[in-house]
Parts: sequence; C-alpha cells; structure tokens
Amino acid sequence: MSVINLRLGAFAAALALLAATSSGALAQKKYDTGASDTEIKIGNIMPYSGPASAYGVIGKTEEAYFRKINAEGGINGRKINFVSYDDAYSPPKTVEQARKLVESDEVLLVFNSLGTPPNTAIQKYMNTKKVPQLFVATGATKWNDPKEFPWTMGWQPNYQSESQIYAKYILKNNPNAKIGILYQNDDYGKDYLKGFKDGLGAKAASMIVLEESYEVSQPTIDSHIVKLKSSGADVFFNITTPKFAAQAIKKNAEIGWKPLHFLNNVSGSIGSVMKPAGFENGQDIISSQYFKDPTDAQWKSDAGMKAWNEFLDKYYPEANRADASVMYAYIVAQGLVHVLKACGDDLTRANVMKQAASIKDLEVGGLLPGVKVNTSATDFAPLSQLQLIRFKGETWERFGEILSGDVGG
Amino acid sequence: MELFINQVLAGIATGAIYACMALAVVMIYQAIDHLNFAQGEMAMFSTFIAWQLMQWGVPYWWAFLLTLAFSFAGGIAIERMLFKPLAKAPVLTNVAGFIALFAIVNSVAGLTWDFTIKQFPTPFGSSPFLGSQLISTHQAGMIGVTVGLLILLYLFFQFTRIGLAMRAAASLPESARLVGINTSWMIALGWGMASAIGAIAGILIAPVVFLEPNMMGGVLIYGFAAAVLGGLTSPLGAVIGGFLVGVFENLAGTYIPGVGNELKLPIALALIITVLVLKPAGLFGRPIVKRV
Repeated sequence: MSVINLRLGAFAAALALLAATSSGALAQKKYDTGASDTEIKIGNIMPYSGPASAYGVIGKTEEAYFRKINAEGGINGRKINFVSYDDAYSPPKTVEQARKLVESDEVLLVFNSLGTPPNTAIQKYMNTKKVPQLFVATGATKWNDPKEFPWTMGWQPNYQSESQIYAKYILKNNPNAKIGILYQNDDYGKDYLKGFKDGLGAKAASMIVLEESYEVSQPTIDSHIVKLKSSGADVFFNITTPKFAAQAIKKNAEIGWKPLHFLNNVSGSIGSVMKPAGFENGQDIISSQYFKDPTDAQWKSDAGMKAWNEFLDKYYPEANRADASVMYAYIVAQGLVHVLKACGDDLTRANVMKQAASIKDLEVGGLLPGVKVNTSATDFAPLSQLQLIRFKGETWERFGEILSGDVGG
Repeated sequence: MELFINQVLAGIATGAIYACMALAVVMIYQAIDHLNFAQGEMAMFSTFIAWQLMQWGVPYWWAFLLTLAFSFAGGIAIERMLFKPLAKAPVLTNVAGFIALFAIVNSVAGLTWDFTIKQFPTPFGSSPFLGSQLISTHQAGMIGVTVGLLILLYLFFQFTRIGLAMRAAASLPESARLVGINTSWMIALGWGMASAIGAIAGILIAPVVFLEPNMMGGVLIYGFAAAVLGGLTSPLGAVIGGFLVGVFENLAGTYIPGVGNELKLPIALALIITVLVLKPAGLFGRPIVKRV
C-alpha cells in the first residue's frame, strides 16, 4: 500500500514539475512547421541518378554528417531528421520533390539542393511559400539576390567572382596578353565568361583573340585546342568540367602548346583532373581554391583533414576520399549546423534566414586557412574568398594573398 | 593552310574513335538487323573490366585478352537471356530492351566504379607521331588497330565457314536454316563479336577521352553517323565513314561561321538524315532488295 502511495506521490510531483518547466519554456520556444522540441526536419534534393549522379555523394556525406551530429546529442538537444530525395538533375522532378518536402513532409527548410537548373526551377516556389532554400549547391552568381529572393541563399564562391580574380591577375601581370578561351556552352560556362569579360573591362575586346565553346555531348575537344593554338593566344582560360579539363591539359602537352593556363576551380581536383591528365602536363597551371583538396599531400597531417578522415572512418567509411564533393559536403553541412545552433530555441523559418544572413568570420573544418564564411542582410554569398594556386610537382602551391570578389546576382 | 592541315589531321585522329565504334555498330547490325543503343555502354563496361584487371596487377596484354574473352561471353549471355526471347517481338520492343540495357549498364558501372574520370594506359605511348605534333603515337596506333581489325573481319566473313554461315543466317535466315545452319546461335555469335569489338574500341578510346561511365554517350552518336554514312552493311564503309565524319566535323566547325562550335553534334545528325534520304544504303552498303 505504502509503495503505491509513494509512487503516486512521485508521479504527481513529476507531473507538477513537468507542467512548471514546460509552461516556462513555452514563453521562449518558437517553432515553425518542421521543428519541435525533439526534432528538426531538413529537406534536401540531389541527383542520385541521371547525368549528374556523380554529385550524389554530397547528399550521402551530408546524411552521414547529420548522423554524427545526432550521435553527439543533436543541435540544442534536437535531432536532425534529414529527408533527401532524388531529382535525377531534372528540373520538373525537382519541383515535384520540393513540393513533396514542403507540403507533405513539412520540412523546416530545404538545404543544399544541387544544380543551377534544378534550383532555378524551385526558386519562385520556395520564395512564395517562404521556406528557406538554404546554401544551394551551385556556383551560379544569381543566388546572391536578397532583394528579389530573400528566401534563397548561395554557398560557394560564385563563378563570376572567380573569373574576375583571374582577369585582375592577367591585367596586372600580363597586360599585353593574347587570350584564348574555351568554355562549356551552358549557363555555367557563360557565367564564367561574363565575369571574366567584366573583369577585363574595356580591354576585353582587344585582349581576347578567340572564344571557343564546346558541348558536353562532344567526345573530345581536341579540335578546339588545335584551333586555339593556331590563334596565337599566349594565355588560355580553361572553363571546362573535369573530364574536358583533363583532356585539354593532356592535348595541350601533346601538341606542344604552352600558354599561361588558367583553369576554373570546378576542375581543380588533383585526384579527378590533374592526375588523370598527367602531372607532367599540368605544371604551372593557375587555378583557385577555397577548401582543402583531400588528395593534396600537403594536408596529410593537417588537423582539419584528420578530423575529416575520422568522421568518414566512423560514419561514411565507403566514401571515395579522392572525391572533392565529399569535402564540399562536409563543409556545407557544418555551415548548416552553425546556423541551426545560432537559431537557439527560435526555430522559425524567418529566424533561420536571419541567422544565416548574420554569419561573421566563421571558420569551418576543411576550408583553406584564412577563408571565412561571411554573410549580411545584403550579402547572400557566404563564401567569396579564393586563394590563387599554381600546380607544382604533384600538388597545388598557394601563392599571393586570399582574394575576394563579391559579385551580386 | 596550316590550320587546315591541322584540322584534317585532328579530324582523322578523332575519326579513328568513331570508326572503331562504327565497326561494332555494323557488326551487331549484320547479326540482328537492329542498331544496338546499348553498344557504347557495353563497350564502356568492358573497358572498366580491363581497367579493374590492371588495377589488380594484371599486365596490359593479359588484361586486354581477358577482357575480350569476357566481353565475348558477356555479349552471348546478353543475347541468350535478354534478346532471344524478344527475337520475334516488334522492333519497338527491341528498342525498349536496348534502352533498358543502356540504363542498367550505365548505372551499374557508376555504382561499381563511381563517376570520377580514370586514366587509362595506352600500349603505344602518347609522344608525337613521326614528329607531327597533331597525331600522337596512340592515335596512330588506334588507326592501325582499326584497319587491322577491318582486314581480319573481311577475311573472317569471306573465307571461314563460320563467317559465311553468319552472313547466311543474317541475310537469308530461312534458307540458312534449311542447309543446317543454327541461325539462333549465329545471332548469339554476332552479339559476342560485336561486344568484343566494342571492348577493343573502348580500350582504344579511353586513353583519349578518359574512362568514366558516360564516356561513350557522344561517341556512339558519331559512331552511328559514321556507320550510316558508310553503309550499315559494310565494315569497310563504317571505317571510312568514321574518318569522314571526324574530318567533316572539324572542317565544318572551323570554316563555316556560325555553324562552328555550337552545332557540331547536329552536324552528325544532319549527316545521318542526309544520307538516309539521298542514299539509304550508305556510301558502301548494298541496297537491300526484297522480292515480293
């Protein structure tokens, strides 16, 4: 008898305590759909199948990183529930998946959805619904447009900023250069081209001797390289995706064309571009970087790289460590965790955007020394700093200081 | 003038890629009267097998031979399991089968070996060939192998019993059966040979375009163009067609303003349509006459 009484008493006391704490906490905690005391629901859209499926590892790495965060206690006590769907890099499917995430899964936000065409397809919808489309995985310049699209935010340094940095370098060091350009004939290539011409300014017309474009469907770009060589250009701006970049580097060596070679950072990976192209063929190429290339031997004993390896050992052991996308995902996932932590108990969509737009000098593991994440109410380009690098031996050597080139959308 | 010569030479080098692929396309067309849309993906898969063997330490030529044997067996297996049951089905069913095969092979390769590009070794080296900086020794070797392959195929189809039986089974299945040829197995053999030739094509192409699951996408379209141009029934035509497409594409890209860069792929398609309208059998193909 007395045992039961004691239990009842304890139960009543516990109940009273619970009521007291929850009513007290209710005053501060604010939630939108997708967040609660125990969980934060994050949506994501990735090309796990289809032509861009190589990027699917980004989604897989992020899922692994959030498992790590959950295993370590979550964010302010809340577990991340990461819902990631496949859109096969097909914009109509992206729209379908975004609707599903927002209306049926009821996520708090959509994070790091990948690709310029897919994100373009859902940008209006996300902004009408006022659901954050946070840290999109594309380098297009247009995501930095807080006035028109206050619910969309980019992440990595955009293409135009990057090519402006090269243009400035050329104007300073090779003012009489004759420039040949090879670019991929789509939004990505044209974005780079525009930034480059803007960077050269009035001298663009006289300095650029030949602009060649190629289609992704072409088996090789040999013919373009032959043409560029015979144009007499002594500076080559190589705006190509990894496969074509490797082809171009190799073909340049084969036909003995040795211009000052600028390579866009899209294709800066040692493991998937420089090595297949042949290290001896890639000497002295100039590119830029903002995070550590995992295949670069100089980071072997770096603390950030060790942390990355430990994370992969434990949560994503089958990951291909030569794939820069794995590092990319690791960095952007840390960015999201930072924002969610900063939100505290106010997990509303408005506060998510507010916190995302007030990041100050954030350094996360994997970024190059000196590169920091910065945003403001008028700057929706979190990363805009780059380090110029030059290929020497089997690695990229950093030179000069960290440069920034903020370009709006 | 220098640019012209350069572009012609570069075109011949690229043309060798198309010629290899066209040869495999013609092989399968000879056997089954259809174009195999999965041909490129099968070649890519074979190349990955060669790459994997070399990663495991198998020497180049052994890997090459093993891959050929495996591809030959694989081609026959695909025919037995997938396309024999479809033999009497309408063309569209077959096309659906090819496309399914395309998607499956591509995805399986991506899953197994991921999508980052891989370097593929060449036995010929990649230094300039005969002092010319436009054709590397690899590309010269590739042209040599293509021509050699062509001669072998010619001898095989002209002078061996089995080659003749295959031709008979393809052109007059009914009569072939009556003289005791097992036509069903001849088709399987055709698949095996096409698959093995595809493997050679893949192994030759990979050092130039780099190995990755999507490496054959563009190549196959040009291979089709080359095969149609030369004639789908003629291996010689396919090879010549390959070189012609390569050179034509480069010259059009360089000298026809506006067409140039953006319309290179449509050039291949325009070529296919023009040939089909003006000379359906291609430059070297036999017109097919059906008695009614």
